[in-house]
Amino acid sequence: MKRADLPPNPDPVLNQPITPELVKKHGLLPEEYDKLCGHLGGTPTLTELGIFSVMWSEHCAYKNTRPLLKGFPTEKRGATANFGRVLVKAGEENAGIIDVGDGWAIAFKIESHNHPSAIEPFEGAATGVGGIIRDIFTMGARPVLLTNSLRFGELDSPVTKRLLRGVVAGIAHYGNCVGVPTVAGDVYFDRSYEGNPLVNALCLGTLRHDQIRRGKATGLGNPVYYVGAATGRDGLGGASFASKELSAESSADRPAVQKGDPFMEKLLIEACLEMMAIPGLVVGIQDMGAAGLTCSTCETASRGGAGIEIELDQVPQREAGMNSYEVMLSESQERMLVIVQKGREREIEEVFAKWDLHAAHVGTVTDTGRMVVRHHGVVVADIPAASLTDEAPVYHRQSKRPAYLDETSRWTPEGSGLRDVDLEGAKAALPRLLALPTIASKRWIYRQYDHMVQHGTVVLPGSDAGVVRLRLGETEKFIAIKNDCNGRYCYLNPRRGALIAMVECLRNLVCSGATPLAMTDNLNFGNPYKPDNFYQLKECVEGLAEACRYFDVPVVGGNVSLYNESPEGAIDPTPTVSVVGFIEKEAHITRQFARTAGSRIVLLGGAPDELGGSQFLGAIHGLKTGDAPAVDLDAEKRLQDFLLAQIRAGRISAAHDLSEGGLLVALSEMLFGPARLGAEVDLSGQGSLRVDALLYGESQGRILVEVGPGDLAEVLADAAASAVPAEAIGSFRASAMLSVATGIGTLNWPVADLRSKWESSIETAMKRPGLG
Amino acid sequence: MKIKVFVTPKKNVLDPQGVAVGHALESLGLGGLKGTRVGKVVELEIEGADSPQFRAQLDKLCRDLLSNPVIEDYHYEIAGG
Repeated sequence: MKRADLPPNPDPVLNQPITPELVKKHGLLPEEYDKLCGHLGGTPTLTELGIFSVMWSEHCAYKNTRPLLKGFPTEKRGATANFGRVLVKAGEENAGIIDVGDGWAIAFKIESHNHPSAIEPFEGAATGVGGIIRDIFTMGARPVLLTNSLRFGELDSPVTKRLLRGVVAGIAHYGNCVGVPTVAGDVYFDRSYEGNPLVNALCLGTLRHDQIRRGKATGLGNPVYYVGAATGRDGLGGASFASKELSAESSADRPAVQKGDPFMEKLLIEACLEMMAIPGLVVGIQDMGAAGLTCSTCETASRGGAGIEIELDQVPQREAGMNSYEVMLSESQERMLVIVQKGREREIEEVFAKWDLHAAHVGTVTDTGRMVVRHHGVVVADIPAASLTDEAPVYHRQSKRPAYLDETSRWTPEGSGLRDVDLEGAKAALPRLLALPTIASKRWIYRQYDHMVQHGTVVLPGSDAGVVRLRLGETEKFIAIKNDCNGRYCYLNPRRGALIAMVECLRNLVCSGATPLAMTDNLNFGNPYKPDNFYQLKECVEGLAEACRYFDVPVVGGNVSLYNESPEGAIDPTPTVSVVGFIEKEAHITRQFARTAGSRIVLLGGAPDELGGSQFLGAIHGLKTGDAPAVDLDAEKRLQDFLLAQIRAGRISAAHDLSEGGLLVALSEMLFGPARLGAEVDLSGQGSLRVDALLYGESQGRILVEVGPGDLAEVLADAAASAVPAEAIGSFRASAMLSVATGIGTLNWPVADLRSKWESSIETAMKRPGLG
Repeated sequence: MKIKVFVTPKKNVLDPQGVAVGHALESLGLGGLKGTRVGKVVELEIEGADSPQFRAQLDKLCRDLLSNPVIEDYHYEIAGG
């Protein structure tokens, strides 16, 4: 259908003809441009071109990943009428929601802010936190916790230190000011993230089933409100359009970086929750994140099967003279779009006046299915809403197995002539591994976060998973939450690496006494147009989906971040997973720290025997090769079920899973708790194995547990009955030594020395000269 | 010579501190307020004379340390050079 041309834009600079260069600058392919002209029935205005470019970007449209994401399970098979049902599925809304019983539910989601954080680490990370919090309270939920997943280059470079310092300070600033605790996280340091750090932030909120709100525009004639902070030219440089063509102002005046205001966000949380509690007032609500006003208007219209008309003169503006392109594409923070029941305008205006926030009536819901934007009364954009969302292009990219995998997957220590450690080498490796920033204590980071505010945090950062008490009306429930992803494994074997991310996360939750409930994922990858990268993406997604189906852990939402590359190449594939688990009783909460001298140390899952992809290979031999450790899902399931049953039977006083650094790192970390114990273990019976693989290999499906001497026989007998390998390898001691007997001799370390290496590594690296 | 370096948020960057101060001024009865921006002043006292080389060095220090050029502007005044 041919449409009549729109009238000229009030701002003459927006009336320039659409050239192929302009289309290219907007990141649209020629065929995409043809497609959008088809949707419009004519050529777009510049404002419309900008709108299409952001809505058809990977961030909003998932155009390269949508077919892959369909493989994720979105429902829980084992859900009951009163627990575990997915109430809002992945992709339907801003965040998924899952039933936790008694009429209560949780909403949670993880989202990336990688590129903004690379440009301006403090503001980039801070606004990442602000954005994910809005995704949660948009759903009607009160935000109760944050976690984050960070990746940086090696900590020896000044650039990495600057990024780490800025990102952590930004997260702390926003989270602490807004009053939501940061309770858990994971941080890895690896060359592949040099210059392209990953900043993934998660928020979780609680709500009653009847409080669930959706981002839907319905009801002909219902007013559309803009609430929150005023719009400035924030983030416009981040959009694909070079700003020079737009006006004569220098680009230095147009920051690519959005700046957050956590106190404004706090007001917005309270105002929105208050407004949503008024029965029948709110028809739909959506936050303005990436692509701000554009995304929120066309998505709500498209979901509601309706249309929306807005007048930009009504939009609160921080700066004078903004044109329609700028207002529609601004990424100013702390703003929401609300559709209200007609005739009740006064009620919403009163709530927002009370909280000192803008509530501007910017438009109306129509039944045309079109998103119509006016500026000074002139129509500047008129687009079928669904063409921006549901009908965005979808691509099946080309995938090719990267050549390096042939070499790395064939690598074996024997084949490459790698000599096993001698006694000296075995002794020297442990303190070195404990001091690796990836393994070392993250205290320097989490001490900057307020992890206690709202006083629900039960297990503080530093153990296997964060545990939080949710106050739900008259009842209390406990959840555990943990992020995971070892990018090194995903680099060496994408599918298996993703499986490991998932099973390790589940193992961490089980070690805390929790039953895994649901997950959210953040897929961080390189440019999908490169077949090598797309292969990694595809394999990782399939690996995650397989693990989710196997363990019946549905995906309730997530985020995709592509184009994570530096001049040296793509980052290691990093499909970060974050799983929420449910703890039945407070008594089941288990920590990783050994508690009592004389109690026994039991290794579950068998002796480790693989070296591929390990931190040991990286740190001691400078190798990033081999295959990722093997995963046996059936064995993993038996192990996790067994451990949960033993925790519930009250026989486990501490549990810690083996991950980066292997057996001795895990054992050392169990000693770094408040009880300040030592340990004595005997591994000399495992004589047939390589000593380095036994002590420092990263075989999956292994857990160390602390068992009282009186419970040992029962634990071992139950393990045998459940077909879970279990072996008592030693005891915790009141002594100050860690003593390990091996086939090549006995190793001894003073625990205090190990602990100080582990505790001080990051702090020492981050010390500023002259500032102490 | 005495140098005053003025560091201010870029014109188009949100200035939450400025907004908060402006709001407080209004509630204390200040009428007609059109905008408030809050920045900082760094005062330096240095022996020596003003010169193009010195200004180049000062500009570099302003960019690298005293301001964050992604979100802030700076200018300076030199007296007694």
